[in-house]
Amino acid sequence: MQKSLHIDPAKCTGCLQCEMACSYENYQVFNPAKSRIKVFDFHHTGRKVPYTCTQCDEAWCLHACPVEAIKVDAATGAKVVLENVCVGCKVCTIACPFGTVNYVQDTGKVQKCDLCGGKPACAEACPTGAITYVDADWTGLEKMRQWAQKLDSQPAAGHAD
Amino acid sequence: MSWARKILRVDLTKGTCTAEPLKMDWAALYLGQRGLATKYFTAEVDPKVDPLSPANKVIYATGPLTGTMASTGGRYSVITKGPLTGAIACSNSGGYFGAELKMAGWDMIILEGKSARPVYLHIENDHAELLDAAELWGKSTWDTEAWLKKHFQDPQVRVSGIGPAGETGCLYAAVVNDLHRAAGRSGVGTVLGSKNLKAIAVRGTKGVGNVKDPAAFMKATAAAKKVLADNAVTGQGLPKFGTQVLMNVINEMGALPTRNHRDVQFDGAKDISAEAMHAPRKTDGKPNLVTNQACFGCTIACGRISKIDESHFTVVNKPQYWGASGGLEYEAAWALGAANGVNDLEALTYANFRANEDGWDPISFGATVGAVMELYEMGVLKKEQLGIEAPFGSAQALTFFADQVGKGEGFGKEIALGSKRLTAKYGHPDLSMTVKGQEFPAYDSRGIQGMGLAYATSNRGACHLRGYTVASEVLGIPVKTDPHVTEGKAGLVKAFQDATAVFDSSGLCLFTSFAWTLQDVAPQLQAACEGDWSLDNLNLVGERIWNLEKEFNLAAGLTKKDDDLPPRLKKEAAKTGPAKGLVNGLDKMLPEYYQLRGWNAEGVPTAETRKRLGTAALK
Repeated sequence: MQKSLHIDPAKCTGCLQCEMACSYENYQVFNPAKSRIKVFDFHHTGRKVPYTCTQCDEAWCLHACPVEAIKVDAATGAKVVLENVCVGCKVCTIACPFGTVNYVQDTGKVQKCDLCGGKPACAEACPTGAITYVDADWTGLEKMRQWAQKLDSQPAAGHAD
Repeated sequence: MSWARKILRVDLTKGTCTAEPLKMDWAALYLGQRGLATKYFTAEVDPKVDPLSPANKVIYATGPLTGTMASTGGRYSVITKGPLTGAIACSNSGGYFGAELKMAGWDMIILEGKSARPVYLHIENDHAELLDAAELWGKSTWDTEAWLKKHFQDPQVRVSGIGPAGETGCLYAAVVNDLHRAAGRSGVGTVLGSKNLKAIAVRGTKGVGNVKDPAAFMKATAAAKKVLADNAVTGQGLPKFGTQVLMNVINEMGALPTRNHRDVQFDGAKDISAEAMHAPRKTDGKPNLVTNQACFGCTIACGRISKIDESHFTVVNKPQYWGASGGLEYEAAWALGAANGVNDLEALTYANFRANEDGWDPISFGATVGAVMELYEMGVLKKEQLGIEAPFGSAQALTFFADQVGKGEGFGKEIALGSKRLTAKYGHPDLSMTVKGQEFPAYDSRGIQGMGLAYATSNRGACHLRGYTVASEVLGIPVKTDPHVTEGKAGLVKAFQDATAVFDSSGLCLFTSFAWTLQDVAPQLQAACEGDWSLDNLNLVGERIWNLEKEFNLAAGLTKKDDDLPPRLKKEAAKTGPAKGLVNGLDKMLPEYYQLRGWNAEGVPTAETRKRLGTAALK
């Protein structure tokens, strides 16, 4: 069963534990500048929104790469950058409609979320459950449950007893 | 390791920026941030220096855990000699700036001298330079940050600096970062302004990658985070209600200073409480509180983000105040509210926005307005000189002065000097609710006896963040003590003061101490840093820091008479509530405190104490 990162912005407090966990997992450094997930702070509304790659099935980045440096991890479905193949041309960064592939000056390669091989460090570090790693077919399950609970509290939809 | 092992020395007179290695032998004795910066400061600055002269210095300092995954590891402190008090000043802030500075590769910035013209400091990793701030001078902290982000075409730049209050000589000007986080007290922003330094803009992309034992560190920080999550205060109370959770609690126990400490209970407390911030408004059906917010690395998230009612008189036709921004914390809600008898939550929120925007301390401001209102009611101050009728309870007067104080306009220019100078000028110095010239925060020491001693002996003047015995006397952390007695409080105050100095020197937020003791901090430091950070040594480090601050104050000319409370708290008994009939028993606690500290009857450390701690009298 494949899983997806599931993001609930309403629960995000902007602590950036996810960004530090990501950079630590991949570069052994606490460094939001090297994180593959970014939290955006919309100050005038008070909203904080974590954002990262959604692992498109027909991934623009993968198709755009001229050297086939982006491969599918069959187990997780993640689109993974092969650092030893990537030439740093950045065409994938242009191709991605969401901006979630980015160049890293230090390495001369691009980076993107690879789901940490199936154990995403960001989800593990998130203290509020704003980032979870759930069944890819059921990212809507929690939202459905919440609406179901609302229905459950209305007499007409409840049990006959 | 976890220290960046590098400090930036900025000579504003010469316009130079120079890197220096961090003195690791000092770090072993003073840890980082507050402690280590105090060591540097006291070694370099004459304690008798005029705080607003070029010879004073300002140190921005991070701790070894700043910029790491330790929960709340994003703090920095600003250390200088304070213009409000003439004592050592040390203010601490969260937000994101501190971590960014550390990630640029710096433990500290030492700012010295005075620039001939307004400048700002730009730091991008190893590169640092002073740049012309002519376009920024006069701007609010909000506009300054926006200007810098646009100028560098980089939304990820973090900014810390002063607003108009720091430029106009308000003696309690704050250093504000990330729009609404502040090193708020003691006028550290005033000193920056006196040096013509408007702001520091930093971008750090190096990160912190040198913790001593990464595996042990991840394990220790994860365990400590669980302690925070499982604790009722840090896991539930603070995220939901913020520090405002205290408003009704403190009022009920009769320790909410009201109307310039005339009273100890405020009938309007419920209207300005955490519960009120959650309740839908009658006008627009929306609550004042929009959401909570964390500072860097914080798994508590006590910060308040609020929106003002757009139809409120303070913001009609002022859309710049209609968006969400930093809402009321308990101390600000008290100072802007109960201290003046004002129960208008929206007016308080507006004044709080103005404090962040113009860069001043809402505690000292609010408490000074409280004194103004008392003088007004006594007939000493008149409408003609104030520009407005100013009885207790007037939200109009409060916000009128909040608009003036930062820019130094009208009577706001006098309020900007704090209540000690203001009440002295008008012949009623006894009405200044201050210690060492700094205004009290939100706990009345008649109802919480230990706080009287904590205030009187605080090295930066009246302050709740130097020895928060409220935790014990009210909340039962770590053990419940009777708030109405003086017995045992000397030891309690000392223990809180020393432990707090360690929290403030580590890069962590003091609010973790609702759940953590130093026993939770020690393994995190030990895994991150070389050296001995055992519990025993941390206690010693905390005591050493406290004593070094004290030595600075003694050499600056402060004496036992400065370790005192205003007569009102020692002579006028609480009129209502559980503490009715009580005054503060400071005189019973102070001698024992000096003794426990290893100080003589005049509050001077003995030779034996100095030897034990490795401190000395300063010259």
